[in-house]
Order: sequence, then structure tokens, then C-alpha cells
Amino acid sequence: MTIASPPSPSPQPLRLQPTGWLRYFSFSLDHKVIGLQYIVCGFLFYFVGGALAGVIRTELATPISDFVSRDTYNQVLTLHGTVMIFLWIVPVVNGGFGNYLIPFYVGARDMAFPRLNAVAFWMIPPSGLLLISSYFIGGAAQSGWTAYPPLSITTPAMGQILWIVSVLLLGGSSIFGGINFIATILKFRQPGLKLMQLPMYCWAMLGTSILVVLATPVLAGTLILLSMDIVAHTGFFNPASGGNVVVYQHLFWFYSHPAVYIMVLPAFGLVSEILPIHARKPLFGYVTMVYSIMAIVVLGLVVWAHHMFTSGTPPWMRLFFTIATAFIAVPTGIKFFNWIATLWQGRLALNSAMLFSCAFILQFVFGGITGVALAQVPFDVHVHDTYFVVGHFHYIVYGGTVFVIFASIYHWFPKFTGRMLDENLGRLHLALTFIGFNLCFAPQHWLGLNGMPRRVAEYDPQFTLVNQISSVGALLMAISTVPFLINVVVSMVRGTPSGPNPWRALTPEWLTSSPPPVENWKGAAPLVHEPYGYGGPAGVVDLNQASGRDLWRNEP
Amino acid sequence: MTTITPINSPSATGGEAHDHHSEHGEHPDLRMFGLATFLVADAMTFAGFFAAYLTFRAVNPLPPGAIYELEMVLPVINTSILIASSFTFHRASKELMRGAMGACRGWLLLTAVMGMAFLGGQMKEYFELPFGLTDNLFASTFYALTGFHGLHVCLGALMILIVWAQAAQPGKFTPQQHFGIAAAELYWHFVDVIWVILFALLYLL
Repeated sequence: MTIASPPSPSPQPLRLQPTGWLRYFSFSLDHKVIGLQYIVCGFLFYFVGGALAGVIRTELATPISDFVSRDTYNQVLTLHGTVMIFLWIVPVVNGGFGNYLIPFYVGARDMAFPRLNAVAFWMIPPSGLLLISSYFIGGAAQSGWTAYPPLSITTPAMGQILWIVSVLLLGGSSIFGGINFIATILKFRQPGLKLMQLPMYCWAMLGTSILVVLATPVLAGTLILLSMDIVAHTGFFNPASGGNVVVYQHLFWFYSHPAVYIMVLPAFGLVSEILPIHARKPLFGYVTMVYSIMAIVVLGLVVWAHHMFTSGTPPWMRLFFTIATAFIAVPTGIKFFNWIATLWQGRLALNSAMLFSCAFILQFVFGGITGVALAQVPFDVHVHDTYFVVGHFHYIVYGGTVFVIFASIYHWFPKFTGRMLDENLGRLHLALTFIGFNLCFAPQHWLGLNGMPRRVAEYDPQFTLVNQISSVGALLMAISTVPFLINVVVSMVRGTPSGPNPWRALTPEWLTSSPPPVENWKGAAPLVHEPYGYGGPAGVVDLNQASGRDLWRNEP
Repeated sequence: MTTITPINSPSATGGEAHDHHSEHGEHPDLRMFGLATFLVADAMTFAGFFAAYLTFRAVNPLPPGAIYELEMVLPVINTSILIASSFTFHRASKELMRGAMGACRGWLLLTAVMGMAFLGGQMKEYFELPFGLTDNLFASTFYALTGFHGLHVCLGALMILIVWAQAAQPGKFTPQQHFGIAAAELYWHFVDVIWVILFALLYLL
């Protein structure tokens, strides 16, 4: 592209950057390229994490430890958790869709800090490779993604230190991303665009980024102290040297509970974009949605000790954190009913994006209800560290967030590539994932209630059948990625051309060509005051208008 | 793969790409906002450390013979130097706003020297302390907190030296355009405030 440009008296000479597909491997500053880099990189790590989950479920198909050794099993479950959280979900729902969509939504040509953005992305592949490589050099960390001391201090140090370095880098990347989103959403909006006119995903990302900036540094500091315990033999968290393990748990969960919202709030935002378009109705209760997000942000910071009811927490602490946690159900419930009300009497297009979103609502509510149950001390003491928690957690992050990631891929793939995904393969993907997921994780609640502990390679033979059912579900989930991958690869080359706006959507990313030009819109950026103005009389809105500005001026 | 590339229409090249870049100039300069957000994150790291330290003190008794009380003379001198350096930096930016670059550079250099004097004092204190890093929980926390803060002072002094060197070029910083100096100043005041809290918690509490 630069070759074709006439010599211009530009004070800023154009950067010599690769074009075409090579730019996805470059230090590109274009937010759309960076967003896709996040998404594709995240999917690669998803397959790694999925393979690790396959190892776990294969091992658990029999009560004895026969597929891998116990040490290897511990390494596999640690890597599975860390890869899925820090390299798949957090980067994709935040960095991936956030970078792609937020500049469109605020009417900007790029993020507020494009260079910081590229730096944040390029911290991820090296730290991911570092984490995975630790398995091959002396063994990966064995203490689970929580890295509780004294376990993390007594297991082999090499893997644990590599784990810490990797998570610190990923945390840094996350903080840089968060700073960028806050600046872009609050300060980079085009003139005339008010905060309360932004698409809901902006609010979700604002809330998420506030959590990232406030909570991630605490984890970083904690991991620095933990690494000093391991390397320099200090005793912060080592009871043998007069330290205190519960302090680690407090500091860890001060980040890692908000981390759940860091993973699920962006999914709330994405699903709030997808539902109105495919139901042809305005998003129900915009203002309550906004306040719910902010309430979740505030409450999310003061509920962490509900992970620690069995850690000798004093009664007043149990009382406070139980009540605070139960309160989170209120804003979350508001959002749930708003989605239902958005669908109510809409003209639903039952395509893959919509079906994945509906599956999300169903499964997320189930995970939310078990979450409220887990917040109650008497119940929690019974099921703490059992498979009930594993089931609950996966209903939130997989049944919740990962289903939304797939919905979003079906929804925005036409924007990314200019081609539609195949609907039949999409529905096959949905059916396999939905059945596989529920078959895999629903029985785990029963296992937990009946006393099967988590994080063990061997279990009581009475649990064999239910574990095998769960493993069959995991196998179905693995198979479900096949139609998805075929769909993506084939559609990228031969899919039906989508045109700029296949869903007749009104949010700004659809008011430009697919894929969008480098500058996002030819000419002026559209000023969209009403991103959810669906369901009006036909013909009022002429979607063939060149500029979004005309589009909105003509509306009565 | 080729379908991912954006539409290569002729109008997308050259001139418009240039417009795209120049349009960024119209946006407000958000670098200070970004730095302030980063400092909030940085403050949260310290908040985590402080919370850990306070909990340790409240919950974990030290082994017999361990000491909490620290020698006060050197740290008080050190604290005064660091607090005074915030005022010298403030003076430097006042001179900058008046356009007196020579005076500004002088005050900047003085600030950096005071920062390094603080680090020197910190080193001296480390060598004279009766406990080592792994002696007990208080000792470990003391070194971790002051060390992490010292790292910040070190970085801040480096930043000041860099803007001091940059300010030698005429026109690099003007009363209107001086992000480098403003950023270093905000960061320096931040490090100073953190030290005051840290001093109160470690030495006075």
C-alpha cells in the first residue's frame, strides 16, 4: 500500500509495515489487526488448554491413576487452568473483541494508545510459550492455578517460578490493556457522543477495565512475594518460617474473584450487542444494565473471602462476605431479566449467534444459582474443594463466557472477513457443544455433593460411572470443535460474501465495509446516538446510506 | 487467507492513510491520563503490600528476640530529603512555565541528586540494620517494601535524568509542550506520597 502512495509532504512518514496476511504477524498498531491477533492467538491456546482438559478427563475415566502419573496430572491441571484463564478467556473477551469493537463504538479511528496496545498483545505469546515450555524443562507448576502456599513453596521450584513469571507478564499485558480501554472509552469518544449513548459492550469493558486496573496489581505484588518465598527463602506465606498462608489467600482472591467478572462482564456486554440485533428489538433496560454493571464492579471487589470460608475465617467475616456475595445476584438478575425482556416478543432469527447466546443465558443462570448456593457458609463448608465447585465454575466460564465467544465469532465473522459462516455447520457446532458441555459438567455437581474432591487423579470407585459420563461429554466437546474449525477455514475462503451489514445492524462497526478499511470508515465517522433503535416502522432507516451520520439525521 | 485483507481500493492508500494519522493530532493528549491510571494500578500494588504487612503485624507474633523498632535518625533525614525533592521538582516546573530552561534544568538536576542521595541513605541503612532478609517476618516485609519503593525511586531518578538531558536541546520542552517533565513530576510526587505512607507504617507504627 505504501508503494502506491504518491510522495506526500507528510511530517509523519508512513510506517513501513507489511500488508496482507503478513501484518497479523507484525507489530501492527491497527486496533482491528491487534484484536484479531488476540482472538486467533487465544484460540490456539484454547486448543492447548482443551487438549490438557482431554488428558484430565481421560485420566478420570477410571478410578485409578493409569493414564498419566500423579505428578503429571497435577502439572496438567495447573496448566489447563492457567492457560484457559490467562491465555484464552481473558485475552479474547477483553483484548480480542475489545480492541476490535471499542474504537468503532466510540467513533474513533483507533485506540487511545495504539503502541501500548501492540505491546500489550505481544507480551502474550512469549509468556504463553514460557508457561507451556515449563512442562518440558523440569516440569510445570503443580499447585493448581491458585498456587496456594505452602503447596506452591514445596513443589518443584523451577516450574512454579516460570508460572509466576508468565502470570506476571500476562497481568502486565492485562493492565496495559485496561488503561487503554479506560482512556479510549472515557476520553476518546467522538464529540457529541454521550456516555449513556454508548453500546453496552463499552460499559462492560469500562467496568472490566476498572477491575483490571484495581485488582491485577495486587496479584502481581502477591506473586512477587511468593517468588521471594521460593527463591530467597523468606517466610511471608510459609508457616514454617512464621509466615501466614491465609494472607496469600486473601491477596490472591482479591484479584481472582474480580477476575471472574473480568472474564464474564465482557461476555455480558457482547451478548447485549448480539441479542437486540437478532431479536430486532431495542436492548431492554439500558440504564439499569449500566448501573448493574457498575454495581457488579463495586460489589465484585468486596466479596473475595467467600472463597475462603474453610480457611479459618472469623464469623463476622463469613457473615459480611456471605451477604455481599448474595447481593451480587441482584444486579446479575437484573441483567438476566433484561435479556429475557429483550427477546420477549422479538422477531428472533434463530441463527448460530442467537442460539449460542440463548444457551449462554440458560447456562449462566444455572451457574449463577449454584454460585448463590456456594456463598452460603453451611453449604460451602460441605462442598468446598469438591467437584461441585468445578461444575459451578465451568458453568460460569464455559457455559457463560466461552458460549458468548462462539456467539460473537458467528456474529462478527462477517465483519472480520467479509464472508458469512455456514449456518448448518454452526448449528451442528452448537448442538455438539451444548450437549457435550452439559453432559460433562452437570454430573460434576452430583459428584461434588456426594463428596468427590477436586484436583485428584484417583477417586472412590463408586463415582466411576458418573465420571465416565462426564468424560463422554468432554469428548463431545472436543469433537464439536471440528465443525467449527472446518466452518471457519472454509468460510474464510469460500463463504457467501456478506456485504457490509448482513444483520441490518445499527451499531457503528456495521456502518462500514466488511472488512473495514484501515481508517474504519471512509469519510466521517457515524455519530450513532441510538445503537439499539430496532423495530421501528420498515423503511424509515435506509441502511444503504453511505454515512451513518445521514442515517441518523433522516430518522424522525 | 487473502480474504482477510481489507479492501485495497486505491483511495485507501497514501493520502487517506495520512489523513488518518493527522486526525489523531486533533484528539486531546491522553498520555497524562494514561499515566495517572497506571499510577492507580501501581498504588494498588503498594496497597496489597501494606495490607499484607498490617495483617502480619496483627496476626503473626515475631519469634522472641526479634525487633520491630528501627533506628530513626537516618530514615528521618532520608525522608526529609525525599519530601524536599518534591518541592525542588515543583520549582523546576515553575521555572519551565516561565520559560527559564536553564533554571529548570538546574532544579531538575538537584531533584535527581536528592533522589540518589535518598537511595544512598537507604543502602547505608540496609548495611547497618541488625537483621537480614530472611531473619523474621518483619525483616522480610521491611526489605520487600522498602526495596520495592527503592526500585521506584531509582526509576524516577532515571526519568528525571533523561528529561534533564533532553531539556538541553532548545525547544524540546516549552511552557505549552512538556509531557516528559510533567510525567516525571507526577511520578515523582507519587513515589514521595507512597514513601510517606510507608514511613508511617514501618517506622512510626
